[in-house]
Amino acid sequence: MASLHSSDLTTLRRQLLSREISPREILESLHQEISQRDAALGGYLHCDLDAALKAASQADLSLPLGGLPIAIKDNLNVEGQPTSCASKILHRHYTSPYDATVVAKLRAAGAIPFGKTNLDEFAMGSSTENSALQITRNPHDPSRVPGGSSGGSAAVVAADLAIAALGSDTGGSIRQPAALCGCVGLKPSYGRVSRYGLVAYASSLDQVGPLTKTVADAALILQAISGSDPRDSTSLPDAVPDFSAGLHEGVKGMKIGLPQEYFIPGTDPEVRAAVERGVAKLAEQGAEIVPVSMPHTEYAVATYYIIATAEASANLARFDGVRFGHRCAEPRDMIDLYARSRAEGFGSEVQRRIILGTYVLSAGFYDAFYLKAQKVRNLIQQDFTKAFAQVDLLVCPTCPSPAFKIGEKSSDPLTMYLEDIFTIAANLSGVCGISVPCGWTALTADRPALPIGLQLLGPSLGEATLLRAAQACEQAVGFVRPAR
Amino acid sequence: MDACMSQGEHLAVKPIAHLARLHLSESQLAEYTVQLEQILGYVAKLDALDVTHVAPLAHPNPIFDIARPDATLPGLEVAQFQGNAPHFAQDQFSVPKVVE
Repeated sequence: MASLHSSDLTTLRRQLLSREISPREILESLHQEISQRDAALGGYLHCDLDAALKAASQADLSLPLGGLPIAIKDNLNVEGQPTSCASKILHRHYTSPYDATVVAKLRAAGAIPFGKTNLDEFAMGSSTENSALQITRNPHDPSRVPGGSSGGSAAVVAADLAIAALGSDTGGSIRQPAALCGCVGLKPSYGRVSRYGLVAYASSLDQVGPLTKTVADAALILQAISGSDPRDSTSLPDAVPDFSAGLHEGVKGMKIGLPQEYFIPGTDPEVRAAVERGVAKLAEQGAEIVPVSMPHTEYAVATYYIIATAEASANLARFDGVRFGHRCAEPRDMIDLYARSRAEGFGSEVQRRIILGTYVLSAGFYDAFYLKAQKVRNLIQQDFTKAFAQVDLLVCPTCPSPAFKIGEKSSDPLTMYLEDIFTIAANLSGVCGISVPCGWTALTADRPALPIGLQLLGPSLGEATLLRAAQACEQAVGFVRPAR
Repeated sequence: MDACMSQGEHLAVKPIAHLARLHLSESQLAEYTVQLEQILGYVAKLDALDVTHVAPLAHPNPIFDIARPDATLPGLEVAQFQGNAPHFAQDQFSVPKVVE
């Protein structure tokens, strides 16, 4: 039973159904490992074993995720649990009075939310170094970052301190940490999954999705959390297909596009080589690899940092020290209350993005920045529309380099922003994407082997095809996770 | 875009911070000025594109305002949220006096 924590959802579900194990044993195995190892990893901000054990005692094992614990990124509301967004403005100041829809849907599928994971403050970052509460380390090299912003979720899954986790992806925040930690990370199409109860960063870009050990597990979680929600007017009414049904049908006859703009100078040679080997494996499996062009890719990061910060500046206006969260001491008046509470509560990256967002929306600059970015966003979406008229999916690296050193990029915001160069366009366009581990860097005297992620992108609501190709890639590449 | 970032002119962060309701120190203002100018310099690469005849895209999906039936649903009880308020009295959020 000692290795339950290192298992995956699909395997544990089979063992639960045959009554070989109980939900309580899974939780106890996880809790023991978390107690011993998470102090060094820093993946969790909060774990309520009692609440999880209570849910486990009532678990309906006949449900699709019956009795299976899932860690939750700490920008998602779980009723009765603290939600901090890794920010001082909420930490110790906020207990969720309700479940996010994705959490309610997980519960309805029988899952047990267990543990809130660390993130870049308000999901703003690519390394989890912007957490105001703690550092999360890469499980494969503790001197390196796990990626971000869902770095806690990726790290605990990769370190076998969670069976699976939820994250959120605004510009790559599920896929990039999944790539850097060596797990599977799926960003659903915009509108596939409800955002109700996700603390909003950039509302036209945010999506909730799974981080898992296998593609099959990602399909299981996506199945549970997908679907329209009356509480989110942007969730789509389209029917949700069975994501597991066609998982093993392979890629024979599938057309997969290779966008030349995603294989650029500056990409780490080992990353490029591993992704190219993954592409070759897909071709061996019968996929037709077709070169395609996405000419506006180079404008995606600039476009994103206008649109995302503009939306963030509006969304984060709710943190005003009045209804919840930190309030400054002895405010002179309302303006002083707002300005000092927010200055004391928000970290520097959040402040920077709020200021940038306020600037690009301000009178005189709106047309030059925000409106222009919206137009370029249209061009970027057209790139995807044209590409998906030719091919079923696109394949590229998830990020340009493997996990970098803690502190290596944190003093230079722009360099950090460029970390998301291959993931951001999918959010701007609303398409779905997945990162699948496809290899390791070479072991050197200075660096242990680090995982590399291959990204597949699919058209809006094309997750079934995306998962099918991801499964084929996973099988063909044969990525071996280190034993723990 | 270039007009607001003409040579020799610095971004005026202080009034923007005031609009954003952020009380920043002089050192923070100086630090953010340098960083935001660098970011805006990068963002200026969008100037290379002619988007005169391109429609703005505010949202990735063609439909994004799907309304639910206009029915009254139960909301949160006071007891469920008052504990999150920094100051709460007589079933209300309390704030500094606005009118003298």
